Amino acid sequence: MNGFLSRRRVTFWQGVFAVLLVGGIYATFVRFYYALGGATHLSDSFPWGLWIGFDVLCGVGLAAGGFTLAAVVHIFNIERYKPVLRPAILTAFLGYLLVILALMYDLGRPYRIWHALVMWNPRSVMFEVAWCVMLYTAVLGLEFAPVVFERLGWRAALRWMRFVSIPLVIAGVILSTLHQSSLGSLYLIVPHKLYPLWYSPLLPMFFFVSALCVGLAMTIFESWHSSRAFGRQLELPLLASMGRVLTVLLAVYLSLRFLDLYHRRVLGLLLEPRTETYLFAVEILLMLVPMALLLRRSVRFDPAALYLCAVMVVLGFVAHRLNVTVTGMERASGTSYVPKWTEIMLTLSFIGLGFAIFRWTAKHLPVFPAERPAPAEPKPIPSRARLAPQPVGKD
Amino acid sequence: MSKALLYDATLCIGCKLCEQACAEQNHLPYNDSIAAEEKLSAHKLTAIRARDGKFMRRLCMNCADPTCVSVCPVGAFRKAAAGPVVYDQNRCIGCRYCMLSCPFQVPAYEWNNRLPIVKKCDMCGERVAAGRPTACAEICPTGATQFGERNALIAEAQQRLREKPDQYVNHLFGLSEVGGTSVLLLSSVPFVQFGYRADLPHEPLPMLTWRVLSHVPDIAVLGSVLLGGIWWITHRREEVATAEGAEKVRPS
Repeated sequence: MNGFLSRRRVTFWQGVFAVLLVGGIYATFVRFYYALGGATHLSDSFPWGLWIGFDVLCGVGLAAGGFTLAAVVHIFNIERYKPVLRPAILTAFLGYLLVILALMYDLGRPYRIWHALVMWNPRSVMFEVAWCVMLYTAVLGLEFAPVVFERLGWRAALRWMRFVSIPLVIAGVILSTLHQSSLGSLYLIVPHKLYPLWYSPLLPMFFFVSALCVGLAMTIFESWHSSRAFGRQLELPLLASMGRVLTVLLAVYLSLRFLDLYHRRVLGLLLEPRTETYLFAVEILLMLVPMALLLRRSVRFDPAALYLCAVMVVLGFVAHRLNVTVTGMERASGTSYVPKWTEIMLTLSFIGLGFAIFRWTAKHLPVFPAERPAPAEPKPIPSRARLAPQPVGKD
Repeated sequence: MSKALLYDATLCIGCKLCEQACAEQNHLPYNDSIAAEEKLSAHKLTAIRARDGKFMRRLCMNCADPTCVSVCPVGAFRKAAAGPVVYDQNRCIGCRYCMLSCPFQVPAYEWNNRLPIVKKCDMCGERVAAGRPTACAEICPTGATQFGERNALIAEAQQRLREKPDQYVNHLFGLSEVGGTSVLLLSSVPFVQFGYRADLPHEPLPMLTWRVLSHVPDIAVLGSVLLGGIWWITHRREEVATAEGAEKVRPS
């Protein structure tokens, strides 16, 4: 029955993807034929919208699993996390490629994107961001290359990659640290525009720590999905221990957020009945609830509950970045921004594209460890029944 | 020496000749309906606002340490020695970070152009470089907009504030806002009533990002050393294991 269901689900999602693709192609035409004015609700007083706020800022953040796990496995030498490293690198690589694709839509003159290579302005956070995107995408490409080489059986290339892998991982972690935090630094220059619940001199730190959180959450998220899609065993003890680390990171993040409000003497704003307060509450609760839940062992070892917690963290992360980029900027701009359908359509297409490419790659390249089912495909066992018991001692 | 503009709202009669001269100077269309617009936009680089018989001018403030110059990733903005903040459209990639970060919300974008550029008043950069006054100051019939040395204009404005304290709010806008601007404003009503911010810091905004950016080399160097060191330490056990030929020491 499950096999039948999953085959039905595949065709359904393929249909969804086809719709997204067609919509995305039409929206692309609108964007480049009718210009930004025809494709977005952006204006002089609200120049950055969904494409920057979600596609770029969240896209980069959701890719944070790549550098987090690369550091854990290769630098801290905690080898048991190895099974989830490759999928995390793949997610990060795809994430960055999609971010660059989204930038091509958002930039007024995308064909000049190379200008940042030759026309320097080291005082600009955007300059740092541009370089981080370029360099880290290259690093991710190289980090992912062994997967391709393995598939092609290029032994010599693999040996060479092993030789440079540690410097690459270190470069990747440094670039990510700089990049994640610099996305927060972008907003340091608008103290007069960003609502005080979000404007903080610590923005770079918040963006970095929340990226660490969402990196782990995304790893749990994609492990869960690929275990269902490919009928794989879920690395439950591993994910459960990541849930534990996630709790600690969330606690650190939330403490920082509230200490910051306290030191800036704006805690009182939380009592103001206005949109900003409510959206701040949503953002915080989406981090606080999973933090509290993950304290319980029974939650960490229940795949569904663990997955739900990961989803909440991802949503809380997205809510924070959208609050910084959209909600928090609206009041001072004097306008209210609601994305146009083309902005939403293209965003959904990018997400669809990400899922589709991930799926294709995971199917055809050795992304997951060896126990992938043979092409003859035995019927996948219902995941709950297979996974729920056997909480191995180590966590 | 650095040039500046002084706009004294109490002398302005709202004739909008400055708007017209500005449009001509920048090869932009100008007609009655554009004259009626009070907002800066890609086709209107300066605007006169009227409220209850009072006037106020909006234009790029041409800051001393401009936010746009600091935020532009490709260095499309430049503060000229003579005062104007000029824009090189051939560099611009269209990221619009200048628009997001400008404390005066000045830069405007050609949203409906397929190859858009940013538009803003550049204090007639070319004219000023050639030693001429800006188009708006040249045409102003009442002397409300005045062009000159920044120091001289500041002295002049402060004298007006001293001599006629009842005609002005005691504030020379642009003297120290965001570290000072090349456009100075005098008014008989508080500037906030015309959309100028009262809460602007008196230090240049670029310091806010520079404080963090200046640490990028530190993070890169110290981070690499630290990570390399951790890698070296955590992999020591394996080295020992290989050296002793022992199998069981491998971490699980």
